Amino acid sequence: MTRILFRGGRVLDPSCERDEIIDLLVEAGRVTAVGTDLRVDDAELVDASGCWVMPGFVDLHSHLREPGQEYKEDIATGGRAAVAGGFTAVACMANTQPVNDDPATTDFIIDRARQDSPARVYPVAAATRGLEGKVMTEMAALVDAGAVAFSDDGKTIMDSGVMRHVLEYSRLVGVPVITHAEDRTLVANGVMNEGAVSTRLGLPGNPALAEDVLVARDLMLAEFTEAYLHVAHVSTRGAVELIRRARDRGVHVTAEVAPHHLTLTDEAVAGYDTHAKAAPPLRSESDREACCEGLRDGTLDAIATDHAPHAQHEKELDFSEAPPGMIGLETAAAVTLELVRAGVLTPLEWVRRLSTNPARILGRAGGGLGEGQVADVTLLDPARDWIYDPAKGQSKSRNSPWAGQRLSGRVIATFVDGYRVYDVDRGPLR
Amino acid sequence: MTPDGASSGASHDAPTHAAQDAADGRVLLDDAGIRRSLMRIAHEVIERTERPERLYLVAIPNGGIPLARRLAANLRQVADLVVPVGVLDTTLYRDDLLTTRERPALRRTEMPSAVDDHVVILVDDVVKTGRTIRAAMDALMDFGRPCAVQVVGLADRGHRELPIKLDYVGKNVPTHPDEEVSLESIGSGEEPELRLVLLSRREHTGQGGES
Amino acid sequence: MIQQSLLGIEDLEREDIERILDTAEHMVEIGRRDVKKVPTLRGRTIVNLFFESSTRTRASFEIAGKRLSADVVNFSPSGSSLKKSESILDTARTLDAMDPDVVVVRHGVAGVPKRIADVLSAPVINAGDGAHEHPTQALLDCFTVRQEKGRIDGLTVTIVGDILHSRVARSDIYAFLKLGAEVRVAAPPPMIPPCIEQLGVKAYTSLREAIDGADVVMALRIQNERLTGAFFPSVREYSATFGIDRAKLRYAKDDAIVMHPGPVNRGVELSHDLADHRPSVILDQVRNGVALRMAVLYLYAGRRPVGKRETE
Repeated sequence: MTRILFRGGRVLDPSCERDEIIDLLVEAGRVTAVGTDLRVDDAELVDASGCWVMPGFVDLHSHLREPGQEYKEDIATGGRAAVAGGFTAVACMANTQPVNDDPATTDFIIDRARQDSPARVYPVAAATRGLEGKVMTEMAALVDAGAVAFSDDGKTIMDSGVMRHVLEYSRLVGVPVITHAEDRTLVANGVMNEGAVSTRLGLPGNPALAEDVLVARDLMLAEFTEAYLHVAHVSTRGAVELIRRARDRGVHVTAEVAPHHLTLTDEAVAGYDTHAKAAPPLRSESDREACCEGLRDGTLDAIATDHAPHAQHEKELDFSEAPPGMIGLETAAAVTLELVRAGVLTPLEWVRRLSTNPARILGRAGGGLGEGQVADVTLLDPARDWIYDPAKGQSKSRNSPWAGQRLSGRVIATFVDGYRVYDVDRGPLR
Repeated sequence: MTPDGASSGASHDAPTHAAQDAADGRVLLDDAGIRRSLMRIAHEVIERTERPERLYLVAIPNGGIPLARRLAANLRQVADLVVPVGVLDTTLYRDDLLTTRERPALRRTEMPSAVDDHVVILVDDVVKTGRTIRAAMDALMDFGRPCAVQVVGLADRGHRELPIKLDYVGKNVPTHPDEEVSLESIGSGEEPELRLVLLSRREHTGQGGES
Repeated sequence: MIQQSLLGIEDLEREDIERILDTAEHMVEIGRRDVKKVPTLRGRTIVNLFFESSTRTRASFEIAGKRLSADVVNFSPSGSSLKKSESILDTARTLDAMDPDVVVVRHGVAGVPKRIADVLSAPVINAGDGAHEHPTQALLDCFTVRQEKGRIDGLTVTIVGDILHSRVARSDIYAFLKLGAEVRVAAPPPMIPPCIEQLGVKAYTSLREAIDGADVVMALRIQNERLTGAFFPSVREYSATFGIDRAKLRYAKDDAIVMHPGPVNRGVELSHDLADHRPSVILDQVRNGVALRMAVLYLYAGRRPVGKRETE
């Protein structure tokens, strides 16, 4: 039986509002004691002084690319990237090849994860067959096989009638329907945020309006059907406001925001760097501020990476051909820690949005370090500076706008089920 | 005019203007001396040219322009000849263009009539390596087929790098290769005064110049 | 020239533009000679990398290069082996290994010339990238106006047409503004780009107001792809509201000139009559295009980062 004693760290546990320097004891995969000056025989001692001790981060939104596009990433490397970033669990989207719209594929992912991934992997299954937006998937069978939510992410269900039925039917299984809200007809051939920058750069624009219109629609459908809607990668001021008001009205909606929408704007596209191409796109400063404010006041419940690996030759295509998206599992903590430094979030609130809330949204264990809770633990040194070199990272892909930058805050060690699965000096250990 | 890598400066049609009193270098030929040389050259041209009605003066900018004008006026005065005067910029024919960091500015080219069957006399202020004259001949050949080409140089510095000879010389000026000899114009207006000046390398401003 | 490559007018200072125009003046004279050739770029290689097909611009660059005695090589990946999914940067790296003296790039997507310039050691001339810039077109437009009017300072220039999708519009806006003109744009509302006034122009949806007192009226081409009825309902309506004819031209100054980057959709952007007769100066634009491109090639070809040539 493994026993680990985390001594002297700052334990941040939103599940019981704990923020104090205290010891934590983990045995047989569970937290068994939290207290000062714990003394235990034959426990591995982890000196956590100077570090934050937190429940492992849970990512609501990653693309692990397996099955079908293993040249970009696979479940093994995605899992390693996750634990290197402090994520003990990752929900992976269904836009694989074949699409995860069928229990056999869901089984495959779960099986693969069990064998090769140091992080927990929760498959999100497709809401419609083949992501075509026409016929809904067999939700009951998929949940039985292990799916935790449904989403056509990557694409939007444009037919409102179909979306209505998907939401209604999802009540049968009681899991969230995650919407990638972008009205395709307003996006048209836009490749970056529509605004002063797109005009200057001569690139077709994708207006914030496209997201606002679809978020409004989905919120109204959620209200009408009384289903559980989760809005993926919110990026606009309008969407944040709509979600805020819907929540006030009692609509069952949760929402997430990605690190890049909290810290970057469309100015990052100057120079036509395709690493700044994302969907939804990097927006204006006003949108960015609204997302930070929404995260602060709880309108946006969680930080989710939207980890989207792409190969170098794909990102070297011209700006309209290059696929959108950036990797983010290994940088999310350091990048969003800026919000703590800027006073937008307290450390406890930050952990709540990276761990407790996502775990709750997925209905999975984790997100807390109370006695009896599962021992998924992340150790972070908030003051440790490092230069991010994606070539030295765990992900197979390197498409990150933070490549080469100095980041502040580094995950020192990650534990899943009481086992150390990552160590900053040795890398992944599974 | 400056094949060595320094910029030739702005493209105006007169040679460099110098302050009237500040002579940074030694004056080799003052305005009167230049007038005398050009008059002598006019007589030499008449003497040596069999068919003077075929003469055509072609000035190499910038320094050659006022010299060619004065020479044309002299030929008119001495022999009642009306000789066409053209201006031929040689910049695009230089052999050193792509090695300089800044592309030299281009100058005006204006050839009032065809050069075929004419005796073309190239007029330049200072001749040193001979490369500008070589470039001028290449340019001239693209304009047509003169029956002869001769060269007038107000100052011959020597230091030839190519087998170019001057047919008519104003003054032989032995110099150190690092020195600069340039034609300056003083004052403004239609007929500024000219003088030929020798500058040591330190005093050289990089404008005007020689070949 | 401060920069090694000519990627857009946005990066040029006023004196850079004037230097190019002054150089082009001299190149015009070469076009009047019998032997329209100078040896300046003899032995140098100019590569035309045209991902988007274009007869006129490519021919203009080719003639310009040949008049400077350069060897001109045409690569047109749009048709042949280079499929869309082949990396732009791979093409650039392959080209770099052949050591060209200047590469002229045209592509349907903005930003490609810049990304190629980042990889190549040779200078890159942007011959048009998506809706971003077409610097040599704007320069020859300025050259033509300067020829006609003697100056650009203080003139009123009105650009009419699909501003949203037009690289010529953007480059013209920058160029004319930098040379001291007042610039106006006019288009049906869906074709006015967001925040365009931030560039320093005034946007109009009324042609009459935009043309009022203009010295130069620049009509832009409506591209086939836009004729689907999404941005404006029909060609007929476009030409009625924004097409330029003699009647509408009365609102401009009496000596106003009409320009168009070509090719003209007769009866759409310009009336048949205006397309072929004064006061339109379209053929002068084309003629000036060769001289202008000669000037650009002269000023930019063979420039290397400092020190590279010495080691060869």
